[in-house]
Order: sequence, then C-alpha cells, then structure tokens
Amino acid sequence: MMLDPVLLSRLQWGWVIAWHILLPAFTVGLASYIAVLEALYLITGQEIWFRISGFWTRIFAVSFGMGVVSGIIMPFQFGTNWSRFTDATADVISPLMAYEGLMAFFLESSFLGVLLFGRRLVPSWAHFFAAVMVAFGTLLSAFWILATNSWMQTPQGYKIVDGRFLPVDWIAIIFNPSFPYRLLHNVTAFYITTAFVVMGVGAWLLRRGRASEDARMMMRMALDLLIVLVPLQIFLGDQHGLNTLEYQPAKLAAIEGRYDTAQPAPLTLFGIPDDAAATMRGAIEIPDLGSLILTHSWNGAIKGLKEWPADQRPPVGPPFFAFRVMVGIGVIMLLAVVVGQVLQLRGRLWDAVWFLRLCQIVAPLGFIAVIAGWITTEVGRQPWTVYGVLRTADSVSPSLTGANVAWSLAFYIVVYLIIFPTGIGFMASLVRRGPQPPDLETPLDQIESGRPHEPFDSAARAAPQL
Amino acid sequence: MVFDLVPLWTILLALAVFYYVVFDGFDLGVGMLYGLVRGDAARATVMNSIAPVWDGNETWLVFGGIGLLAAFPLAFAIIIPAVYFPILMMLLALVFRGVAFEFRFKHPGLRRIWDGAFCGGSLVATFAQGVVLGTFIQGFKIDGREFAGTSFDWVAPFPLATGLALMFGYALLGACWLVLKTEGELQEWARRAAAICLLAVLVAIAAVSIWTPLAHPDIARRWFSWPNIALLSPVPVITALIALGEWEALRRRHELTPFLGAVALFLMSFIGIAISLWPLIVPYRYTLWQAASSASTQAFLLIGTLFLLPIILMYTAWSYWVFRGKVRGTPGYH
Repeated sequence: MMLDPVLLSRLQWGWVIAWHILLPAFTVGLASYIAVLEALYLITGQEIWFRISGFWTRIFAVSFGMGVVSGIIMPFQFGTNWSRFTDATADVISPLMAYEGLMAFFLESSFLGVLLFGRRLVPSWAHFFAAVMVAFGTLLSAFWILATNSWMQTPQGYKIVDGRFLPVDWIAIIFNPSFPYRLLHNVTAFYITTAFVVMGVGAWLLRRGRASEDARMMMRMALDLLIVLVPLQIFLGDQHGLNTLEYQPAKLAAIEGRYDTAQPAPLTLFGIPDDAAATMRGAIEIPDLGSLILTHSWNGAIKGLKEWPADQRPPVGPPFFAFRVMVGIGVIMLLAVVVGQVLQLRGRLWDAVWFLRLCQIVAPLGFIAVIAGWITTEVGRQPWTVYGVLRTADSVSPSLTGANVAWSLAFYIVVYLIIFPTGIGFMASLVRRGPQPPDLETPLDQIESGRPHEPFDSAARAAPQL
Repeated sequence: MVFDLVPLWTILLALAVFYYVVFDGFDLGVGMLYGLVRGDAARATVMNSIAPVWDGNETWLVFGGIGLLAAFPLAFAIIIPAVYFPILMMLLALVFRGVAFEFRFKHPGLRRIWDGAFCGGSLVATFAQGVVLGTFIQGFKIDGREFAGTSFDWVAPFPLATGLALMFGYALLGACWLVLKTEGELQEWARRAAAICLLAVLVAIAAVSIWTPLAHPDIARRWFSWPNIALLSPVPVITALIALGEWEALRRRHELTPFLGAVALFLMSFIGIAISLWPLIVPYRYTLWQAASSASTQAFLLIGTLFLLPIILMYTAWSYWVFRGKVRGTPGYH
C-alpha cells in the first residue's frame, strides 16, 4: 500500500490538535472560574474562596503550561505539512493567528506570573486584576483562533490574485458568517467542560470526606452555572446548525447522513453510511422531524449529498457519528444537571451518593463532546481547506513523501503518549492533595503555586540579597 | 498611497530572531552543560539559574515563527518544508525539555530520566536549529513558489557542521550565563567551559566565513569586490577584537563582560550572515520584498504588534530584574 502524504498529514494535524484542544477546552473555562473566585475573595474576604481559587490555580498552571508547549507545535505544522495552503492563504489568516500568539504571549509573560506567584507580593486588587486579565487573554485567544477557523469554513472579504487569497476587508474576514456562532458555541462548550470537571472533582472530594465545605461550594457553583449553560448550549448548537445549513449545506447533509434530497426530510437517528453506494444502510428514521429541526417547518427541503459531484462531498461517517456522540453527550449532560438541581431543591444533594458517583463519571464528557464537535465540523468541511475554494489535496507540502509524514506522525504519537498522560497524572496528584488553607508561615520569598519548588524558591531567594 | 512596511517588518523579525537566539540560546546552552555538571547541589544551582526565565525565552520562537509566516509567508512556505525533520526534532526536543522542568520535581524516582530529557532535549533542539541555519545559508531547490527538493536536503556537510557549531555557540552563552549567575567552584568550572567553547566558536566562525564565499560566488563578490572589501573590513576586525576581549575577560575573572562578549560575537555573526544574503529571505531566489505578504496584511498586524511588543519587553525586563544576582543552591546542600 502506498502511503499518502495528504491523508497522513491530516492524521498528524488531527493528532496534535486533538490533544492541544483539550487544554484550551479546560483553561478558558477555568481562567474565568478563577477570576470569579478571586472577585468573591476580594469582596467577602472569606477564606473559602481563597482555598478554592488556590486549588484550581495550581491545576490551571499545569494545564496552561501543557497548552503552551503543545501550542508551540501548531503554527509550524502550517509550514511543515501545509505549505501550499500557507502560501495561498497566509495574507488573510496569518495575522489572525499572529494576534492569537501575541495575546497568549502577552498573557504568559505578564499576568500569569502575578496570578501564580504574586498572592502576597501584590495588593489583593492587583491579584484579582491579574486573574481577570488571564481570563480575558484566554478568551481573546479563542476569539482569534476561531476567527481563523471560521474563515476557512465560510470565507469572505478576500480576492484571489494569481491563486493567492488577498485581504480586502478585515472586518468581513474576521466576522465571517459562521464566526459568531462558532465562537459562542465553543466558548460555551469550554465553560461547560470546565464546570463538569469542577463538579466531578467536588463530588470526588465529598465522597472521600475531604474539604467538604469547599467541595460543596464547587458543586453548587457548577450546578448553578450548568443549569443555565447546558440549555443555552442546546439553543446555540441549533443556531449553529441553521448557519451550517445556509453556508455549508454539504456538511449538513453529511451530518444528517442524507444522500438523497428530501422534502419533507426525516431525521436519521442511526445508520451505517456507505459513501461508495451513496446510501445509508439500516437507517432508523423519524418522519418529518429532520425538516422540523433544521428548517423549523414541517416540510422544509434538505439537500442530499447527491446534489454535489462526488469529488465535492465530505465523507459521511466521521461527521455523522461524531455529531451523534456530541448530541448524545449533550442530552446526558442536561439530564445530569436537571437531576442535580432537583436534588438540590429538595436539599438531598449531599446525601445522594449515587449522584456524586454520577458526577464523577460525567466529569470528562465535555472533553469528548468538544473533540466530537470538532471532528464534525472539520471532517464535514472536506474536501476543502478553504471551503469551496481550496482543496485539501492541493494544500499539502509538495516535497513530502508518505514515508516522511509516517515517520513524523509516529514521533508525535510516541511523544504525546508520554507527555500527556504524565501531565494528566500530575494534575490528578494536585487534585488528590485537595484545597489547602492559606499558608502564612512560608517566608515571602518562597511563595509559589503549582511550580517546582526548588528552582523558584532559590531563584526568588536571590532577589532580596542585592 | 501605502507605506512600504517591508523594512520595518524586516527589522522587527531580525530583532525577534536575534532576541530568541541570545535568550533561548543561553538557556539551551545551560541545558546542555547541565549534563556535564556533577553533584546534586551544583546541578540544582544550574537549573535554578534559568528556571524563572526559560519559558518566557521560548515563546519568542513562536513570535519569530508566526512573524515570518505573517510578514514573509512565501519564505515560511518554502523554508519550513525543506527542514521538515530538523523542525520536527526541534519541536519534540523542546516539548521534552519544557516538561522535564516541571516533572523532574514531581517524580523523584524518575528524576534521572527527566534530567536526561532536559539535557538531551536542549542538545537536540540546539543541533536542529543549527541545521536549519545551515540549510538556510546553503540555499533551497525551488520550483515556482514551492520547495522542490527532498525532506533530506539538510543532510549535507554544511548544515551538519553549523548544527555542531551552534551547539558550541549556545554552550558559550550558557557558560557565560553561569559565570554571571554562580560563584565558587561552579563558576570556575563555567569559566573553563566558556573558554573551551569560545575556541570552538572561533574555529566555527572562521570555517563558515571561508566556506560560504567558496560555495557561493555571489557571497564572495559581496565581500571581496572593491569597494566592499574596504567598507566591510570592520566586520571581521571587530569580531576578532571582541574575541580577544572575551578571552581576556574570562582570564581576568570578569563576571558580566563574558556574557556581553558572547552576545556581541553572536551579533557580529548575525550581521555577517545578513550582509552575505541581503536582500534575500529565501536564498538564493526570493528577496524580502518578493516574499512579503500584502501591505494590508503587514499593516493590520503591525498595529497590535507595536502596541503589545513594548509591554511584553518591559515586563520581560522587569522579570529579569526581579531574578537578578547570584543563584544559590537550596538550603541543606551548603
């Protein structure tokens, strides 16, 4: 079998970004959560907010560090594997990516240090301000990256000269049609992901009878946020779907598993897609429901993939199944949150051991939903890198052989399988340590939070000596 | 009327690359030397000397990479695929090295392995960067707007030699950094290491200075035609004077001067390469202007860069100020 550099480059891209996306999925939400906790601590002065904030800040430091390390790899992928794409599109999208880098860089080099190490070195309002700026920085990063991604999905504001995209209108480029929906849908997903982790960790601490007061507060805050965000996310997802129907109907057809145009269209719950025969095998369908959901009318038409030439259709399998995973998780999340709220209203939340256990089980589901959503939208964009204009097959670096990419992919797989489990284990050990009371004993120059003790201690100790 | 922003972006990018080379250069150098230092106390001090600053230094690589992509995308699209494997090696080595910093304290049982990852990662990343530099000077096989060579064009005597040379160069920076940040026996050791690296670096500079004009007639003409030969003669002369000064500074046990001297040697080499290749950004085919992104692209990014860069620099300067002075080992060791 010949190794295909295009397919392998796509797998490599998928591999490095799938791991990387887990970190913003967590840190964007966590940064905002920490900012809220710091605000509560600043206003009330109660120690509980300090303990919870410190606990999550230590975990944030590790995940942010892993995000930076795995993020450095990403921009170079554009050059190593996608140089034709880069040459064609850099004039339009590279400043967006550069702004993301600058923002993350700015945040890394300034406010994160104050948040991690400055608790007793700066006034409390300055510490709170640093927390807000870190949160703001993570949101700005999401803004720019999703603007870039959205432009690839729904490009506008450009002209093509000699095969290259040149910018015409920056506002149109950034605020392209799918961007507002994608941004809201993603950021909400990140917040939900974080809230489920916070709730799961709270439940774990409670079940072990550790830091009960803190754990209850974590769970209560998470539940109250989720009862708003999960229904909101279902609404946003629906809106995003309508946007996809308008601008990327072929992707929508793949998500729906629809090869033949239908009016009214049924909702396909499940089936085995067969792209070669352009048919859905063993489909389980509910009549008319597809039209209702997608066009918000009983007999709206849904275009099938056969409306497009075979070489302009995305593969159906990945978006079809990934979308169902994402929606399935959404339903499970909604049930869990509603059950939790009912228990809370009846005052039985803390006694329901089965629910605490459930919280632990659903804690990582947000990550799976984020990956599934990402597979849905990115595989659904195929066979294009810039939707409808630049083909994925015409985007890859021409000098690469299949064997080249096979080797690099193997290296990335091995290294990530060492690094990420180690980092996750490291975060788990921080969770096991649990929230800690404020430490007023340690001399000022040894303050650290989530960092290696030794270098930082002695480096900081050097400062007052001159 | 649109301003020509190419000169400004050239300066910004040159500064970013030089900043990266000096600053991540010294901490990569310290990482390599770490493998040669004996004793837990001394090793802890070596590690501590870069712990507060290394990650800030490394982010300049992203700035350099994305800056090249945004300001000169054609260069990015041709050069990066040509050094596919060196870039891969560098990225993975930096990942290992970065996490080793954190992990070695959390898993004392595995410390030896993470120590190896830290030192080995520094070494591989440095070698890979040297190979990228050598491949860049060697030039690329180009067809239209695409790199037309193979992923192994960098496996040639010149890039491999520059890879080796950069290892000594970064080690020189690292050793001089240790002279500045440590005292006693460790400082003496760093001085000897710096002296050895200095000799190796001078051999490397001389070798590259002879090798490149021999391999590239255009570069030979640039340096040796009249009146250039007279106008450019200060470059080798100043380099030689700096080298002598560096040697003296090490011999007389200066603390800060050797580091500044090493930076000056890097600056002269940097200027030398710039003179040889100007105005090319993709040797020996595309100039800075031919590879530049559109004026609109450069202007759009410039706004934010000019706003954020000074703040980042001020903050960086402040963090170096906070961690100024000698690093001392953790209590209990002394």
